[in-house]
Amino acid sequence: METLEPILAQHPFLQGLDPAMLSLIVGCASNVRYDANQILFEEGDEATQFFIIRSGHVAIEMNVPGRGAVTIQTIGEGEILGWSWLLPPYLWHFTARAAELTRAIALDGTCLRTKCEQDAPLGYELLKRFAHILEGRVESMRLQLLDIYSER
Amino acid sequence: MNATVAVSPMLLDPYRITRVTEETNDTFTLELSPADGRSRFSYQAGQFNMVYVFGVGEIPISISGDPTVDGVLVHTTRAVGTVTKVMHRMKKGGGLGIRGPYGRPWPMEHAEGADMVIVAGGIGLAPLRPALYHVLSRREKFGKVVLLYGTRSPEDILFRNELELWRSRFDLDVFVTVDHALRPWRGNVGVVTTLIPKAPFDPHSAVAMICGPEVMMRYTALELHKRGVPEYDIFISMERNMECGVGLCGHCQFGPTFVCKDGPVLNYSRVKHLIAKREI
Repeated sequence: METLEPILAQHPFLQGLDPAMLSLIVGCASNVRYDANQILFEEGDEATQFFIIRSGHVAIEMNVPGRGAVTIQTIGEGEILGWSWLLPPYLWHFTARAAELTRAIALDGTCLRTKCEQDAPLGYELLKRFAHILEGRVESMRLQLLDIYSER
Repeated sequence: MNATVAVSPMLLDPYRITRVTEETNDTFTLELSPADGRSRFSYQAGQFNMVYVFGVGEIPISISGDPTVDGVLVHTTRAVGTVTKVMHRMKKGGGLGIRGPYGRPWPMEHAEGADMVIVAGGIGLAPLRPALYHVLSRREKFGKVVLLYGTRSPEDILFRNELELWRSRFDLDVFVTVDHALRPWRGNVGVVTTLIPKAPFDPHSAVAMICGPEVMMRYTALELHKRGVPEYDIFISMERNMECGVGLCGHCQFGPTFVCKDGPVLNYSRVKHLIAKREI
């Protein structure tokens, strides 16, 4: 039976992962597709999954009264969308909208959390990979906060 | 008997504004021609002029035009200080004094044969535009050419028409990102450093040229180095308090370097230990 394993194995987020761990992850994965402007999740919704983007890109938006939906980041091919599934209270803090036709692999957060609890090396490996992504996002956010292009 | 005439570097040449272009709400481009209609002005990509607004003051502005085109001098700047705000109100036919060109240019010959990564932040695209013109006029001499441009919002995108034109070329990869945007914007959102990991170039055979706010250049250089670009192949264009333009007054001293004379284009490996220092 054809599975998502070869696709997941090639994605930068999971590259080099132990094949046994990859097999565990595949059991929580499903193929998804979103048309332009389709919402992946909304702020306040329960965070039950995260996404490995294969093509297209997704806008992460925040609703600002008086300004409407402000895009604060876009996530594209080869990147990961969402980490709220990892930490209680498992709620999305932002809205994600497909900016164009987007293909991704959705990973069931509850399924993955259960496997991570049972398999500590898998949990540690995934956390290390997420920590690396979070580091990059925090660094980018710091630069955004500095508003370096504004008039000084 | 041979006589030599020493021309003072502090002497101004009179120029006339031949065209004014509003680029964004606070950024504008002036095209200038020598007031005598005869003088020629040659420069290299990355150099700057001291521009004097009569009765107001003199400031350094990088040259943003095409170095392969004679007879027109182009400056793009942002109306943020006393001099640039007056300059922004000037019309076609207005007069300005010019001294220059000054400073070390982008290392175009060093980049020949290699992939070229141009990373611009905000108004930093202006001093890099001559480098792009240079490359496009001798395209066969360079490998892959990638332009990564980050700015504050879609409304702040500089040289929008040219960016679209460059983007449509098959021999140039152009990626634009903004720090934040409202919904009609369908492009990238995020800081310019986020474009580096995905940009199509060979880091081991690439020369990078960066211009933008110092913080942006610092993190861009780190990200390029993380991708594999050697520090000695990364060049940045610094902006400090240049006043004389010829390394005499010391206002632009940056450690052992005078930015006006030894820069504004500097090798990153030479200044990396200084750019994060609070005291310098």
